Order: sequence, then C-alpha cells, then structure tokens
Amino acid sequence: MAEPLFSVRGLKVALPDMTRKPLIGRAPLAEILKGLDFDLPKGSVTGIVGESGSGKSTLGRALVRLLEPSEGSISLQGRDIAHLSEAELRPLRRDLQMIFQDPMSSLNPRHTIFSIIAAPLRQNGLGDRLKERVADALQRVGLPQSFASRYRHELSGGQRQRVGIARALALSPKFVLADEIVSGLDVSTQAQILTLLEKLAAEMGLTVAFISHDLSVIRRLCQQVIVMREGKIVEMSATDALFDNPKQAYTRDLLAAIPLPEIDADWLQPASPA
Amino acid sequence: MEPCLDIRSLSAVLPNGQRVLRSVSLSVQPGEVRALVGESGAGKTMIGKAVLGVLPKSVRIVEGEMLIEGEDLGRLGEKARRNLIGARTALIPQDPLTALNPSRRIGPQMTDRLVRILRWSGERADKRIRQLLDEVQIRDPERVLKSYPHELSGGMRQRVLIAAAFAAEPRLIVADEPTTALDVTVQKQILRLIAQLQRDHGTAILFVTHDLGVVAKISQKVSVLYAGKVVEEADTAQLFAAPQHAYTRALIAATPRYTDPYASLKPVDEAVLAGLAAEIAAADQSWRPGHG
Repeated sequence: MAEPLFSVRGLKVALPDMTRKPLIGRAPLAEILKGLDFDLPKGSVTGIVGESGSGKSTLGRALVRLLEPSEGSISLQGRDIAHLSEAELRPLRRDLQMIFQDPMSSLNPRHTIFSIIAAPLRQNGLGDRLKERVADALQRVGLPQSFASRYRHELSGGQRQRVGIARALALSPKFVLADEIVSGLDVSTQAQILTLLEKLAAEMGLTVAFISHDLSVIRRLCQQVIVMREGKIVEMSATDALFDNPKQAYTRDLLAAIPLPEIDADWLQPASPA
Repeated sequence: MEPCLDIRSLSAVLPNGQRVLRSVSLSVQPGEVRALVGESGAGKTMIGKAVLGVLPKSVRIVEGEMLIEGEDLGRLGEKARRNLIGARTALIPQDPLTALNPSRRIGPQMTDRLVRILRWSGERADKRIRQLLDEVQIRDPERVLKSYPHELSGGMRQRVLIAAAFAAEPRLIVADEPTTALDVTVQKQILRLIAQLQRDHGTAILFVTHDLGVVAKISQKVSVLYAGKVVEEADTAQLFAAPQHAYTRALIAATPRYTDPYASLKPVDEAVLAGLAAEIAAADQSWRPGHG
C-alpha cells in the first residue's frame, strides 16, 4: 500500500460530559476515543463506520484538529499535529478540508454561492484569479456557472451538497473529511453525490475519510473500512475482505441488519437460538 | 373483503392551486402491510396525515374519498369523524422524541389516549399498557413507566410508542418512517417487533418510508409515489421481481446494495425524470376537480 498520509497511534480523546456536570464547576471528562491505531494511505478512501455514540465523528474532528486529543499522536506526513497550536495549524488548514452532513446549516444563507466558495480561497492566499478558481470548482462538481450568483435556499439538497464539495476541493487539499455527507439525501441524489466524490477522489488523488452510519454506501467508494464501536476500532480491513469475510461478530451483525432491497421472508424472523 | 382503508382518487391542493396529491387511489386490506414509498416531496407523509385527519390547514382536499372499514370519512360530521379515526386508527411517528412530551413521565402519556379518548378506566388502561410493554419486550416496565422520555434510548422510546399505538387495538396503524432515526441494528429489532405485533393483532398498516430495503422486508403491498401521484402499485414481491414503471426501476437501481456494489447506487437517469415530469403534466392537463 501507498505510504500513509495520516498515521495515528494510541489516539485518545476525552470531552466534558455535560450530562454529569455539577451545577457549579467543571463537567467531568468522558473518554470518547479509547486508544486508536490506524493509517490512512495516501490517495485512498477510508470508510469509518459505526452507530451513534461510536465516536466516528469525534475521530474525524480529531484528524482535522477541530479537537485536541488527550493522548496519542496524529502524524500527518511524518509530522505530529496532535498538539499543535492554532497558529501552527493555520498553514496546514488548507490541506485538511471538510464536507459536512447538512449543507443547509454549513452554508451561509446570506452569501452567494460565489462568496461561499471564494471565502476559503481568500483566507488561504489564493485571492488572485478568484473568478477563474470558483468557476473551476463549480465545473468540477457539475454545477452550472449561473449558480455562482445564487443563494443556498435556491438550491436543492443535492446541489447544496455539491457546493459543499466544491468549497472543500477549491483549495486542492491533501485530505478531505466527509462526515455523513449523503445521510440527509434522497437515494437518487445520494447515488449522484457518491459517484461524484468517487470520481473526484480518483482524479485529484485525494485521501478521504468517509464517515457513515451506513455500511451499504461504503463498499463502492472506499478501499478500506474501519468499523467503530464505543470509541474503539472493532475491525479494520480492505473493503472487499470486510464485506466478504467479516471477522468480528459486530461487523456481521451490522451487515445483517441492513435491509437489502430484495425479498427475504426470513429476515424478520427472530434469530434462531444459537 | 372490505378494505380496512380505501382511498379513492384523492387530490389535494395548496392555497396557490398547486396540486400536492394527484388522484391517489390505494387500499389496505385488514391485516395487511402496505408500504408507501417515495422520495422527499412525494406526498407520502401527507397521505398518512390525510388518513388521520391531521393535514396542515394550508392543504385542501378537493376531490376523492377516504373510507375506513367502509365508512366514508367525508360523509361524517366533524365529531363523528374524529371519533371514528380515534377509535380505529393509530400512529407510529418517525421521531419518538418529538412525539413524546418531554416534561411528563412515560406512564401517563401512554394511558392518556385510552383513558381520555376511549374512556377506559385507569386500571384497565394501566393493565393494557403493561401487557403491551411486555409484547414489545420491555423487561422492566416499572422503570420505563416512571421515566421521562430523555431517560430512554431512541430504540426504547420507539418501543414505547409502538406499544401505545397497538394498545387500543386499532384496525389501522399509520407508521410514518418509524425507523428512520434509528441505528441500523436497532431498526432491525423495531421492524421485527412491528411485524410481530402486526401479525399477532391482525392490524393493517400503512407504512410510510423512503427506503426500498424496508419496503422489501416489511410489506406485502406497495405503492410508489412521485410528486403526489401513485406511479406504480403492486404486490411487494412482484415489484422487486418485475418493476413496471421506469421510475421504480431507477429507484431500485439507486438504492445501495453492498452485495452488488456496481449494480446499485446508480444515479437516476435524466430521461426518467423528464418522463415523469411529462406524465405529471399530462395528468394535470386532463384533470378537473370533481371530474378527475
């Protein structure tokens, strides 16, 4: 496999547990990620899958350093970024981009699509040839140039998600974190967005962490899969191996719980006693 | 057999005259699960709301009939209609957290309907609720009945609402995306429970969902909706074996199947959408309220 873009060792993240916060004073810390070791090979798409509370989104946020880990290292091309300061991180930010689940709330309602895509370009010293760069970004995600002057509410869910992708890719980042980016979309739109991301990742040689609660969308897109549960990695392997020969009972349960669009009279029968 | 629910050529419009339901006809036989599948904006939830008599004020029914066990809702007075709907139907909602009052304990919320609407005694309602909690495999009913909604997991809350829906022995349940907010392993448990209770009680279900996978597992009949129009109606097995409408075929091909990654997740062809738009336009062209 290619050399890793990210090499993560012993990663732990603890966050304040607000459900146990006393009336006065600090909330106690709860360990969300409990020691993770994995690599993200350069130019590969890795699926990170888990149910709610598994820590998959926290892991994504730690990778792009929206969160600071409590322990462990996050090596980005050989440099440990786990505890860099905000100032030290700034020059790295353009290489670490994000696409979010809900483009409705991650796109500013009062800005045109042009200024939404242009903002990170300006902030990262790419303010020259702005029109050209935004036009490229729109074209890349299959949106007409006329969309530059529109606002987010004038777009459909799928179009909004394309803008989110265009904004993230305008900076030609090394790494893209895609957190549940098709979860709110209809199946027909979902297929379009996945196909688009698949194509762009290959064309641009992107390293992508694709976070999803849904194993069924992972197979086409990802070369490797990390299955998470309760802050730990349950299973990690090449995609085909994971689907064809899942090693862990939890992975098998997850797969068996997906209702495939085909008739299966036994699916709803209670599991036979083992 | 007389259908449990019979919708005949139902059309509804918004104040600006735009049609949101287009001569929808469908029926649910006693003890049968009919799935109502479509993408967002297809009108599937609206049909559920029409049946339960809770359409938003802006939506006006301009044509068609709805019959519950042969009784035409349109011919009943307001009070009689409410009573009929209250006694014969129930809802399993999508999001159990918003469907439950956050500041009341689970117990009284579950017995409310039985006591206030169906005029059961408190004792009878309580007994019935405990019986249903047992059927939905809640092993510690005392704790659950005393809990507030936020103290229960999403799966637990949905079990509570399923128990509440079946408690009054409705003839028809409208299940509106009841598993969409749940994790996939919990979804499977909940679908199993709904199927089990549905069989045991012989209840008819109108099952609203966007997920063809769920359709395949839970339903015997299915209606595929697009833009408020039923574009295909079939036995579920038949729909998957030989889908007739191009849109149905496109939806099936777009639905992810991890067992066959390259034959699934296909974006819907523009030609299919153009064909649908033409079909809708033609239907609207020939449609006059009352003569549809």
